[in-house]
Amino acid sequence: MSGLQLIDITKRYGAVTAVDGISLDVDDGTFVCLLGPSGCGKTTLLRMIAGLEDPTAGEIRLQGDRINETPAHKRNLGMVFQSLALFPHLSIGENISYPLRIRGTNRADCEARVRELLDMVQLPGVENRAITQLSGGQRQRVAIARALAVSPQLFLLDEPLSALDAKLREAMQVELRQLQQRLGITTIVVTHDQREAMSMSDQIVVMSNGKVEQMATPIEAYKRPASPFVADFLGQANLIRVRGSEAGAAFSGGHIPGLALPDSGQALVSIRPEDIIVTADESGPVKAGIVFIREMGSTIEIHLDAGNERIIALAPPKSHCDLRVGSSVSLTLPPEACVVFGADGAS
Amino acid sequence: MRRSPPQRLADYLPIAFPAGMLGLFFVIPFGIMVAISVFKRVQGGFYEPSFTLANYARFLTPFFGEVLSFSLGLAALVSALCLLIGVPFTYMLTRLGRRAQVFWLIALLGVLSLSEVIIGFAWSTLLSRTAGLSNLFVWLGLMEKPEAWAPGLGAVLTGLVYQAFPYTVLVLYPAFSRLDPSLMEAARTLGCSPRRAFLNVVLPVMRKTLLATFIIVFIFALGAYLLPQILGRPQHWTLSVLVTDQAIYQSNMPFAAAMAVFLVIASLLLVGLSVLISGRKGIGEQ
Repeated sequence: MSGLQLIDITKRYGAVTAVDGISLDVDDGTFVCLLGPSGCGKTTLLRMIAGLEDPTAGEIRLQGDRINETPAHKRNLGMVFQSLALFPHLSIGENISYPLRIRGTNRADCEARVRELLDMVQLPGVENRAITQLSGGQRQRVAIARALAVSPQLFLLDEPLSALDAKLREAMQVELRQLQQRLGITTIVVTHDQREAMSMSDQIVVMSNGKVEQMATPIEAYKRPASPFVADFLGQANLIRVRGSEAGAAFSGGHIPGLALPDSGQALVSIRPEDIIVTADESGPVKAGIVFIREMGSTIEIHLDAGNERIIALAPPKSHCDLRVGSSVSLTLPPEACVVFGADGAS
Repeated sequence: MRRSPPQRLADYLPIAFPAGMLGLFFVIPFGIMVAISVFKRVQGGFYEPSFTLANYARFLTPFFGEVLSFSLGLAALVSALCLLIGVPFTYMLTRLGRRAQVFWLIALLGVLSLSEVIIGFAWSTLLSRTAGLSNLFVWLGLMEKPEAWAPGLGAVLTGLVYQAFPYTVLVLYPAFSRLDPSLMEAARTLGCSPRRAFLNVVLPVMRKTLLATFIIVFIFALGAYLLPQILGRPQHWTLSVLVTDQAIYQSNMPFAAAMAVFLVIASLLLVGLSVLISGRKGIGEQ
């Protein structure tokens, strides 16, 4: 087997279970994001892969070999820490060449590799500067260069971009993804930012309470969430409790004609705001009143009350310039855009 | 909080009290000591104002040189031992749980509440032949027969390290508990064994704290005059013991004052030197 396999990994701290029986297969060369709210166990999982924590139970395999007992310094991986953990007593070049010198690389080779890595992260010629002379984004690049210095088998990043401002973070997301594609290195990133996870990764692993909710490509996880938690965590979702009716499904605000429900007749339906069609007249199957409008520039976000439900819809701004808070509209919830979960939340 | 420099005389008021206390209880006595060190001793126990360097001239003897170098060497050895034990101890301590940390810190503060006399006599009993630890080792079968370890250099060192150890930990603790644990983890993921990461990353990052601790313990040990007398033989007496001896038993105040002034100058020079050395490393400095 190639790549990284996690088999039924569990981590307990006393009575607290941080990671609860997670199994994952990560193929060589893929970019995987571990995504979840804080405290969901994603960082613990990454630290176990790195060898900084020992799993309570389960097995970690790299290229088919069990590495549970391999100490961190023999796992041949590169890790970028949330605090970056650059060594303040060393210059930039010394930081980057640190893993090389540990392995006994001679001085000339170290210098050549440092130059190569600094070119790769687009920071040429800074090797003799101190860490304190760099900006946050530049330090980020140095930390990435240091982690990649020995061409590791695995590239791990723990909330790498969380300290950067929004614009720089977007730029670094693109850069990190391009770098990963160029090197073809298996990469695992921990993040709580769903936009970051969506835009960078081949595979998203959505976690909550120490368990994997869903592992899928970003688009699949977005379009076909495996649970209401995933639907809600990845972007915005309207979660509506419905019951069966002759025409399909019904809730306090109206109908969703043509929607097939499980036999129990009870279900939770998730629909994305951009899939809801808002019409100014009252011809649609759901009657709603506008309670709030948020102009977002490229779209407008409309908050509506439909029966007992609060529904959020997104629309292109031009088509709805006549909408006002308080006006009555009607909504169409296309059944093909709805994801149906059982009444208990299971799909 | 105000950030602008003080403008009027009244702005200096808050520091008037500490400045006054420092002047009254430190600068003035030190001035008196410097003055006495150039006075002339009067046979029979006192001194009269004059200006003579005769007291300082007495330093130029091999005996004085020996005592001085022994004092400095002993203080350096105590500092080194304290750091050698204290650094790993404090590093481990900051990795324990909150409750365990509080327990250890309170235990160490407890040692500080012991007077030097009690520490001295306790160790002289513990290291004695008749009632000491060696009896325990004999009982355990580790030794043939009980031995006297005090008085001796080992006993002096033990006593001084015991007394200085709490200070060492208390100075190291804040810096070590602020140390980012991911520095050590980063070193490990980069291919460093934990031991090497500690030597390679933690110690260099902490070098300023280590130096500061070394200086504090060094000066503390240089001033010790009771423990060398209780736990050591005359050849283990330090300059501070001689100062006490001259001042109290020989009633030679001017010579005692001259030695004390010399001791202050010597330690200031050493501190200045070590600050100079540590300040020379350019890279990575804030």
